[in-house]
Amino acid sequence: MSFTLKKEGDVVVVDVEGQLIVGNRQELKQKVLDDLEKGERKFLIDFAQTGYIDSSGLGVLVSLSKKIREHGGELRLADLNDDLQTLFELTKLDTLFQISETRERALEGF
Amino acid sequence: MTPPYVALDVEIPSDVRQIEPIVALVTDHCKTLHLPKRQCSLNIPVALSEALSNAIIRGNHEDPRKHVRLRATVSDRALVFDVVDEGAGFDMATASRDPTTPQEIDSEEGRGVFLMHQLMDRVEQFQSPQHVIRLTLNR
Repeated sequence: MSFTLKKEGDVVVVDVEGQLIVGNRQELKQKVLDDLEKGERKFLIDFAQTGYIDSSGLGVLVSLSKKIREHGGELRLADLNDDLQTLFELTKLDTLFQISETRERALEGF
Repeated sequence: MTPPYVALDVEIPSDVRQIEPIVALVTDHCKTLHLPKRQCSLNIPVALSEALSNAIIRGNHEDPRKHVRLRATVSDRALVFDVVDEGAGFDMATASRDPTTPQEIDSEEGRGVFLMHQLMDRVEQFQSPQHVIRLTLNR
């Protein structure tokens, strides 16, 4: 499992490889918060290479979204597979986030 | 009809980093049982992660001297996962509040027990004599 952050234009794109769970959520949180601290405001998390997400992982996404909004920024999500889409629907978090089918679509108009 | 058998019986230390490899072991075995794909890729890994996480954090308070036991029993009718910790249990009713309400939707916590209930056919909690969370997924 790993997190890769890179800039695409003025958006920080985060690739989540493997699981986003209780054992690694703090690592993702810290990496995004570090970039937020440095002045980045637009974040996109791409789940194309993600296996599953547990409640702690979902919680950290909610927490990051709030923090980023407090700083006048935005967090978007992209590339959820069918299982992850189901998870977001079950928890109704699909109503809280802007979720795009692909990274390209999420970046459009960001 | 195949009689029920114990497919896995392991003990892990109270360290959340132990969850992912154990869940991977279980899901690998699930794939040999010809279950619907979603049960192996969503229901089992997420619900089991939640139960193990609860046992390690709420049950054993991440005390490295304490252990969590996972026993998976397979039958023709169901998969049953017993997650046993060394704690006193917790109030399932409080932990089961609906995290999808407008008041709770942007809370960072409180989705674990809810997800177990959503993804499993039955979730039980009992002392035997240690604290057990039993997850049952019908086949």
